[in-house]
Amino acid sequence: MSENLPSAMDHGLQSCHGCGLLSRPAPGAEEGRCPRCDEELVFRKPQSLERTMAYLIAAAVCYVPANLLPVLTTNTSGGSESDTIMQGVVLLWSPTGWPLSFIVLFASIMIPSAKIVALLYLVFTVKRGSIQNNAQRVRLYRMVEIVGRWSMVDVFVDTFTVSLIQLQPLMSVEPGPGLLFFAAVVVLTMMAVESFDPRLIWDSAAAKETKREVQHA
Amino acid sequence: MARAVESNVEATALQRYLILERQHHHADCNRSLADGSLVACLDCDLLQRIPEVPPGASVRCPRCDKELWRHKPDSHNRTMALTLAALVLYLIANTVPMLGLHAAGREAFTTVVGGAHQLWLDGQQIVSVLVLFAAVISPALQIGFLLLIVIGCQRERPPAWVGFFLRHLHFTRTWSMIEVMLLGVLVALTKIADYATVILGTALFALFALVVLLAAIQSIFDPREVWQRVRWAEPDAEILPVENAEAKS
Repeated sequence: MSENLPSAMDHGLQSCHGCGLLSRPAPGAEEGRCPRCDEELVFRKPQSLERTMAYLIAAAVCYVPANLLPVLTTNTSGGSESDTIMQGVVLLWSPTGWPLSFIVLFASIMIPSAKIVALLYLVFTVKRGSIQNNAQRVRLYRMVEIVGRWSMVDVFVDTFTVSLIQLQPLMSVEPGPGLLFFAAVVVLTMMAVESFDPRLIWDSAAAKETKREVQHA
Repeated sequence: MARAVESNVEATALQRYLILERQHHHADCNRSLADGSLVACLDCDLLQRIPEVPPGASVRCPRCDKELWRHKPDSHNRTMALTLAALVLYLIANTVPMLGLHAAGREAFTTVVGGAHQLWLDGQQIVSVLVLFAAVISPALQIGFLLLIVIGCQRERPPAWVGFFLRHLHFTRTWSMIEVMLLGVLVALTKIADYATVILGTALFALFALVVLLAAIQSIFDPREVWQRVRWAEPDAEILPVENAEAKS
């Protein structure tokens, strides 16, 4: 299929993320309001790439302490022991518990890092003006959007482990400083996904086509 | 109507203020198109028309394959029934104990809110608020918004506030993470089972049912059907339904 198909922006139309209505802004205006649901309208999310990058950098910075600092500290009469996320995965690994261990490994370590890499790839290809694999790139974006929430699972694991094991003085568990950084990674990557505008993937193809037409003429 | 008031020389100060307000509001309001079936894909901005399709069928963007609309029959009644059921389950899930622990002759119970509370006491206030938001507040908003929407939709022309809640429903869905929490509970239980006997509370089963219900609501609720009936925030720009337009002319 030809890449140069009519986009709403080319026709000076804005579509509403709240209700889907297509409408025309006042002459010369870049921003407007949806007449049906009153949502603020723009052609493209403002500073989409810059904001996505900012969230990604912040998430990448938090990713390091999230994995190095302990998320749980277990206090027993024999002393206390602190576990990072990875140590938690290893502790869960047993002949019966390995599927859950794998889920935590996947959700807490692989998903956040894969999300950061995938969004970086999307931002860089859009910046470079790539016109290849547009359909695959937008599919990647949707996948990141759907899968991302599952990395919250470790936050909940730690929450309920802490709240249940309060058998002072025998044994108690408290949250570690890594938990805050880990939660920050999840929230920051979700915000990065929100601020990325997938329509930018298709804009560069349209821009290149127009350029070629101008050069031919 | 605004113009009629404007031409009235005896317009009071209040009326003059109202005229200014309306004009100001109009200034940044977009104009609607005559053809209401024209849309743009939210993922690739491709201009296209949404055709009428049989119940159960979906309309996808030809360029990027995003689902633009799925025709869900009897959406209103089914959503109403399931949302009421979800409300009951939500109330149960957040009032009775979810998990218990039996160890060394002692028993301990916790609820969802109790989990967040213990984190707060242990100095993790920010994470505690996040857990509370994702597991308690967002699902409550999601169910509350849905309930208000279906109540408002009892009328032939739902009032504009229905649009307000429908517009913000997506946000509550993004942050409502009960299904993720249940997986987390499952993992925590496996861990704890090594040290103590775990007791499953009623709330846990209510939460399982709630996850299934919320997924079901997602697949039977048709927002487009509501948007086509709702009163607009800017009534002057409204595209009148076809039968009304004919009645006028």
